[in-house]
Order: sequence, then C-alpha cells, then structure tokens
Amino acid sequence: MLNFLTRRLGVMALTMICLTFVVFYLVNLEPNLRKLAISQTEMHASDEHIESWLTKNGYRRPFLERYAAWIGVWQKQPNIDPESGKPVSRFSYCDEPAVPVFAGVIEGDFGCSTKFKTKVADKMLPALRATGLLMFWVMATMVPVALFLGILSGMREGSKLDRVLSVLSIVTTSTPEYVSGVVLTIIFGTWLGWLNGSAASATGDGITFYNFTLPVITPAIYGMGYIARMTRASMAEVMTAQYIRTARLKGLSFYAVIIKHALRNALIAPFTVIMLLFPWLLTGVVIVEVMFRYQGFGLALVEAAGNNDIDLMLACSLVSVVLVLATQLISDVGYAYLNPRIRVQ
Amino acid sequence: MVEPILEISNLSISFFTRAVEIPAVMDFSCKIMPGESMGLVGESGCGKSTVALAILRDLARIGRITDGTIKFNGRDMATLSDEELMRVRGSEIAMVYQEPMASLNPTMKIEQQLTEVLFIHEKVSKQEAYDRALEMMKAVRLPDPERMMRSYPHQLSGGQQQRIVIAMALLANPKLLILDEPTTALDVTVEAGIVELVKDLGNRFGTSMLFISHNLGLILETCDRVTVMYSGEAVESGPIHEVFGAVRHPYTQGLFRSMPLLGKNRNSSPLVPIPGQLPLPHERPQGCNFGPRCSYFTDGVCNRADIAMLPAGTPSHQSRCLRIEAIDWDAAAKGGAANVPTAIGENLLDVHSLKKHYQVAASELFGGREARTVKAVEDVSFTAREAETVAIVGESGCGKSTLAKVLLGLETATGGTALFDATEIQSDPIDKRSTKLISSVQMIFQNPFDTLNPSYSVGSQIVRTLERFGIGSSTEERESMMLELLDLVKLPRAFATRMPRQLSGGQKQRIGVARAFAGRPRMIIADEPMSALDVSVQAAITELLTNLQRQSRTTMLLISHDLSLVRYLSDRVIVMYLGHIVEQGTTDQIFQPPYHPYTEALLAAIPLADTTAKKRKVVLEGEIPSAMSPPPGCPFQTRCHLKAKVAGGLCESVVPPMRVLTDGHAIKCHLPSEVLDAMTPVIS
Ligand SMILES: Nc1ncnc2c1ncn2[C@@H]1O[C@H](COP(=O)(O)OP(=O)(O)OP(=O)(O)O)[C@@H](O)[C@H]1O
Ligand code: SF4
Ligand code: SF4
Ligand SMILES: [Mg+2]
Repeated sequence: MLNFLTRRLGVMALTMICLTFVVFYLVNLEPNLRKLAISQTEMHASDEHIESWLTKNGYRRPFLERYAAWIGVWQKQPNIDPESGKPVSRFSYCDEPAVPVFAGVIEGDFGCSTKFKTKVADKMLPALRATGLLMFWVMATMVPVALFLGILSGMREGSKLDRVLSVLSIVTTSTPEYVSGVVLTIIFGTWLGWLNGSAASATGDGITFYNFTLPVITPAIYGMGYIARMTRASMAEVMTAQYIRTARLKGLSFYAVIIKHALRNALIAPFTVIMLLFPWLLTGVVIVEVMFRYQGFGLALVEAAGNNDIDLMLACSLVSVVLVLATQLISDVGYAYLNPRIRVQ
Repeated sequence: MVEPILEISNLSISFFTRAVEIPAVMDFSCKIMPGESMGLVGESGCGKSTVALAILRDLARIGRITDGTIKFNGRDMATLSDEELMRVRGSEIAMVYQEPMASLNPTMKIEQQLTEVLFIHEKVSKQEAYDRALEMMKAVRLPDPERMMRSYPHQLSGGQQQRIVIAMALLANPKLLILDEPTTALDVTVEAGIVELVKDLGNRFGTSMLFISHNLGLILETCDRVTVMYSGEAVESGPIHEVFGAVRHPYTQGLFRSMPLLGKNRNSSPLVPIPGQLPLPHERPQGCNFGPRCSYFTDGVCNRADIAMLPAGTPSHQSRCLRIEAIDWDAAAKGGAANVPTAIGENLLDVHSLKKHYQVAASELFGGREARTVKAVEDVSFTAREAETVAIVGESGCGKSTLAKVLLGLETATGGTALFDATEIQSDPIDKRSTKLISSVQMIFQNPFDTLNPSYSVGSQIVRTLERFGIGSSTEERESMMLELLDLVKLPRAFATRMPRQLSGGQKQRIGVARAFAGRPRMIIADEPMSALDVSVQAAITELLTNLQRQSRTTMLLISHDLSLVRYLSDRVIVMYLGHIVEQGTTDQIFQPPYHPYTEALLAAIPLADTTAKKRKVVLEGEIPSAMSPPPGCPFQTRCHLKAKVAGGLCESVVPPMRVLTDGHAIKCHLPSEVLDAMTPVIS
C-alpha cells in the first residue's frame, strides 16, 4: 500500500511539474507581459520604457530560471532600481526581499496580485476557504440526496417511483447551471423573495440560509441527477445478482438485504464518480460564484484572467491541478478499499 | 404415517410477459419424505429451476403460481405471511445453486456471510455463531477454516466457494436443502468431492434434499428417488433404482440412449439422439408433450387429450405415457447399427517436448513489477495419426487449451517442436501461417455463441470462411458449397439466411462444425465441443462429428473433461496434469489398470448412470496447484494418494520419467511395477 502511494505521489508530482510548466509558459507570453508593463507604467509609455520596466522587475531573466524561482528551487533575485541602485519591490503594495532568497511556491510565496493589490496568498486563502465552504455544502446536500434517490429507484427497477425519479434526474442533469441558476433566482429570489439572488453579503456577514441556498443548490441539482442515475444503474445491476438472492433466501427482509448486501456493492461505482466530480464541481463553482457574486476561488480566477493578473492566474491553476490529482488519488484508494477484489496486498 | 416434508401437487407456474403467458411448469407433482433425497432431471428450459424457486416463493416479478399447492411440513407455502416466509427461508429450507462465485457477496468476508444466517434465525452470541460456523466449515471439509473465515470469496477456488455455500445453507440446520445444479461449474474431481460431501451431510444431519441436475449419473449417486421433467411436466418418477433399472417413459429412455455410458464406444454402439427439440412453453402439442419426438407415437392415442401420471410396474413408479404396456422396453434401439472401425493412417502431428511459458506481471493495476512465469505447458510429447481421435483430458488449468492454442498458432511455443505433416509449426503465429496450413488445422469451440458474428447470416459467414481459404472460384460456386456443407451437418438449406440468434445451441454448434470442415481440414481441434449443450443435443453433435471424421479421414484432437465422452469417441487418450502428460495410451489401456494415480482419481470421479456398475472410491486431496509455483518432483505429489508406496521420498524430489509399460502405454510415475500390477479396475 505504502509503495503504491509513494509511486502515485511521484507520478502526481511529475504531472504537476509538466502542467505548471505549460501554464507558466502561457501566462508569460510576450503580449501578457507587455500588457502588465503598460498597466504598471503610465499610459502611452514608450517601448523603451516598457522594456526597462520588464528588465528591472526580472521578467527578462532566462525563462527556466524564472520558472525555477517561481517553484522555489532557485533563488529569486531582488529587483534593483537602476537609478538609485537600491532594491525595490515590483509593486508598491507587496514587499519583496532585498537579497537573493528562495521564495517560490514551495516556500509558500505565490507572488503578488496586481488586481487585488495584495499578496496572492492573502487573497487566495480566504477565497479558497469561501469556495471550500461552498463546495462542502454542495457536496453535503448533493451526495446524500443523490445516493438516496439512486438507491431508492434502483432497488425496485421499473417501479413507478423508479420511473418518476429517472425522469427527474434526466431533467436536472440536462439543465446547465447558468440556466437553472437564473430560473431558480427568478422563482425564489425575485417572485417569492424567499432567498437572496446574490451571495455577496456572505463574505462579510457570514453565510445564512437566505444568502447561501441558491449558490448551493444550483450546482447541487445539476450533479445530483448525474450521481443518482449512476447509483440507480449500479444498484439495479446489483439487485439482480445471484448473491442478493442468496441473501434473500437466507431469510433476510427486503430492507436488510438492501442495507447489508446491496448498498456497499452498489456504491462502488458511484463513489469513483463522486470523487471525479470535484474537478467538475470546480468549474461549476466558477459559474455559480460569478453569477451570485460570491467572493471565492472561482471569482478570483475569473478576475485574474480578466485583468491579466499573472501571479494569481498561476496560483489558481496550481490549485486546480492539485485538486484534480488529489481527488483522483482518493478515488483510486477508496475504490480499492470498497472493492476487496483489487485491494493491494 | 410419516408426513412428507415437501408435497407439491398439481403445480402450474406461468410467466406473464408483455406479449404472451409462458406456462413454464404444468401439473407438476412430487413428494419428498423426511431424510429422503429427490432428484430432478431434465433438459435446459424444462422448468427445473422454476419449481425450485417457487418452493421458496422467490419467482421473478412476472412469474405466478396459477394452480396447485406447495406444502412444506404440512403448511401451504402460499398462505405464509412475509414474516413467516422469512423464518422458513434459510432456517427450514435452504438453497444452493450453480455459480458458487456469484452466490457469495464479493465485498463481505466469509465469516460475516456465514454467521449472518445464525444471527437472523437464532439468538446467538458472536462467539457461539463463530464457533458454529467454524464447525460447519470443518464439516464441509475445508482446509484451514480459520483462515478461510477471514477471506473474501475471490480468494478461494470454485470448489471451496461451493463448499462454503453448502456450509451456509446447512448452518441453521434446515429440513430441506435444494441444490440447483450445484456442480455444473466445477471440475470432475471437485464435483466428485462435493457429491460425496452432500451425500454424507444428508446422512449425518437427516436433511431432505431436492437435487436438480441434468446429469443422470450424479442423480443416481446422490438420490433415493427421481423425477424426470419434460417441458414443464413430470414425465416419470419413482425410486431411483426402479426408474434407472426399468425405464418406463420414452423420454427417459431417449436420455439414456443419447448418453455415452461408459461401456459404449462409437463403433459397437453408436448413440441414438432424441430427434427434434424441446417445444417452446406456449407451443406445446396437443396430448402428449413428447409426442412429436417419440418413436412410439401412435396417432389417435397419444395426441387426443392431456395425459395423467399412470402407475408403471410398481405403485411408487409412475410414468406419463399411455403406451407403457404396449412398448417393448428391452428391445434394442433402432438405427443404432454398429460401424466398422476406420483404419488409422500415417503420423500427421508429432509433438516433441513442447513448452509454453507465460510471463505475467504480478498485479496489473498497482504496477507490481516483478514478472512471474506461468508454466502452462511444461513437457508434452505425443503423436496423432490420420483419421485418429486423440483425447486430451485433465482438470481445468492443466494446460489443455494452451496446447491447442499453440497448435492453432494463437500462441507460439517457448520450447520444443510440433511437426504437422513434417513441417515445424510451433513458432509460427497465425498471421504468418499459409492459408493452406490455416485451413488444414481448424478448431471447434466450446461456446458456439461466441464464435459467430451476430450481425451476419450464417450462410454468409460460411461463404466468408471459404473465401478466406481460397476455396471455390466464384461466389456462386462458394454458395453452392456452403449449401452442401449445411447438408453435411444436417441443417435445412433454408438456414443459410438465418441470423445466429435465430438458432438453438445445437444448431449453432452445427454451424461451428460446418465452418471448421469448410476448408477440408486435415486436423480438427475440438475444445470441449459438447459441454455447453444438452444431453440429447450432445448425442447428435457427437454422431455428426464421428460420421464426418469417418468420411473425411480427419485427425481429431478432442479436449474434454467428460471421460464418458472420451471413452466413447477416442482411439487414444492423453492425460495431462499441471502442464505434463502423466499418462498416455490407447483408450482401452487408459480405462483399465494399471493406472497413473491421477487417471485413477479421474475415473473414480465419473458419475455413473448405470445401476449395475460398481465404482471404487479414490479420494483426491486438495486442489490443483498454481502453475506459477508447481511443486518440486512429481507434479501430482501434493494430491497423490499412492505417494506413500514410493520409497525414499522420490516423489518430492525427482520428476518421474515417462515409463513405457506396454506397447504405446506410458506413465509418468515412480510407482514400482508390483504396485502397478496389483491395481484393480476402478469401475466394474
Ligand atoms: N423470468 C422469466 N421470464 C420469462 N420466462 C422465464 C423466466 N424464467 C424462466 N422462464 C421460462 O420458463 C421455462 C423454464 O425455465 P427454468 O429456468 O425453470 O428451466 P431449467 O429446467 O431450470 O433449465 P436449466 O437446465 O437451463 O437451468 C423456460 O422456458 C424459460 O424460458
Ligand atoms: S404417450 Fe405416446 S407419444 Fe407420449 S410418450 Fe407415450 S408413446 Fe410416446
Ligand atoms: S510419482 Fe509419486 S506422487 Fe507422482 S503420481 Fe507417482 S506415486 Fe504419485
Ligand atoms: Mg435451471
């Protein structure tokens, strides 16, 4: 098991390096850098002006060196102001070291956000916490309800209940968030006034049922149908298995058969799906956060991309990659745990 | 008077599909007394499993009992409430069925699955449940029961799984045990072990049994009484020795005549298949259901009205036939004329020290790197001559199919040579073989369903085969050859346009035979060609193969675990164990002493359907070892019952050489000649 884990972690690290390298290259393309320099100097700056700004702030150092420094395995050189000869920070709102140091992702230094005018870490942490909270609530409503509905419709395949639930899940999965979000907001926010169509207040005042329900149920409904259908298929198949008959003929009641014998076997497949849903949820969250103005990771990502905020973009993509890879690992380990047939010796 | 445990009277069961009502069981009656075991035989689809499930009230949602009653212990099962039904299930009636792996929950440890039965039905402490489960594991003779209790089902072999299912069924000490084909998925030797066990447990615990099987031999070995089913009805029933000794229904007689009983061989006493097919449940004929297939059918008598069970000889023996008195039951079968044995030709295939090893990664998923070697075929030498049938027998995993794959070019050999018509073929994969070679070495597969493309008509598939082999110059010519091939395998020419799904299992196997014979092969390899088919269909295919082979002088390698079939069909036999040939010789030499200890055990495992034959018991311990870690010395030493008769621990250290005993008869064993000479026949 340990062996397996280390091997998987190794592969993960390698994947991460490759992916971040590509992203680092893309966000550091010449047009992006020029835009950055222009926004940081005065308007109508001359080409020389831009060039000297870029040189001064280390953007003209060799690409590999910059990438290594960003990761934190190479020393970051201080930026020397050619006029005064003294080290200065790139941006006025972030302090940067005056001597060469290791200050990359590994050391916890993600750079400086030009959009939010603060250190990336200071922006990202609260944003991630906010998104984590949102995702937690989405999962917490979506998974139990979806599994429950899936089990319910799969345990008596073809029953009336099954047919009603199947139609329902097809309708919800085929409605994207930007449609269901709008529809729900109009119904519950505008007409009925029960819920708040904006979650902006959640950042300052904390989450309430009033401001948080819509952002939670919009992606939850979308994913729910998907998981429920998965679970239903898996459950229906398990119910026809020979060992379910064995259990029944042992004298167990219908519900005892479901709980003791069918559930675990039926959950193996949906479990994998749920774990793989995390990355998908992340994209859903971007839409929802923007739609409901919720100050989380998704909104930060959108703002970063919209405002050419290089360091923040890098940090966002790193977080996404880590999340995707980590959920895959958890999914594999969990699958092996649930299914003894592939358990690692 | 003793009350019967189970009394089924005039039971009828139908399945209600959207289109039609399928009457699966009609007017079925049977009675089981305490401690008695009842056998239920019949072809696939005749309603055996439906009866079994109806007893436990576990029919599919569309199935319903339309008439009759099932009384268990005097109570009508239909009147039980759900709670009462749950109490009866598992504690009073338990069931074991065909696929042991599928009957066990894959994600639950054996211990939980066993003790659960006790927790459901009795108030027991954890410790007591564990102890009783362990005791039952010992009663079903499982080695190392403590370890097995902690295992998951997939960590055990098929035979062990079936023993656990039986242990589970017996744990709550039921009054009635229903076994639905409990050994069909298992090897002969494993089957023999399970049958022994079931018999022994029946005696020990006084459990009544309903034993469902299509194998008459198994029924004779295990049961006191038998009921023969045909097309949803009981057609004959009575004490086992009366029914098997004096058959009184033409269907039962047909079953016996279509089975290769051990005394028979293809030349002196050919099989007589039952003509026609089982009618579909909703297309049964008027009067006697068996009428259209019965050679004693009399118009105006047999097809007038429904027939009731009538006494046949003794009061306990009944038969559903109106002409019991009129038929001469001892007359020999018509059409079973003897054949002249074919002359055997020159050597065609010469295999010398053939070896096939596979490299496998220990665990694909988790990337275990250390590759291991599976020694599927270790040391195999034999010859096969023109027009000869050579049978290869042995338990699953002994390397039979790997050998066939090497000869067909689906695998290449690791070592040794295989000469076909004096050219080496062992290292030519199929895509490097000439069309001529491919068409000369053909295969008939176990499962006719897998080998036909479901989206093309069978005729066009045969034409394609001809085209591939470059036979015939134009499409018209091939078409007409295809029709001749259909004649050859005795299928109506109209079948050329049918799709594979429109054919029955036996018909598909005929198409398989036609395709194999399309290229005028010189050698046919038949891998378990009958094991997916019903008894009466098996007989027809067997006869077809025999006749074709006789006409075309084709060499046949018959891979089979059915020793009765092997005895019937083959000229010479090769016995394989763990990649080695342990014995070879002519069929007579193999079936008579002296035997290799493994052959002796195989013979003792054959279920005999002959009331007059006697069988010596040979107990085979344990299971076939993994081909990844074969034991040192003799491959059979871990299970050999005669090892003690070899001095000096030779069996554990030295691989025995192939010893020629008499002309053409050789065994791989260290046993001294005195011991071999003193062997008595297993079957007498
Ligand atoms: N769930 C079902 N729905 C419709 N028809 C069914 C169903 N189960 C069984 N039948 C039909 O009932 C008849 C009897 O089937 P059953 O399974 O009892 O046969 P069997 O004797 O056990 O055969 P086998 O030897 O193949 O196990 C068959 O014609 C089958 O097609
Ligand atoms: S009743 Fe007639 S058709 Fe039926 S089995 Fe007897 S002889 Fe044959
Ligand atoms: S060599 Fe020994 S172990 Fe092998 S079969 Fe002969 S007696 Fe048995
Ligand atoms: Mg059946």
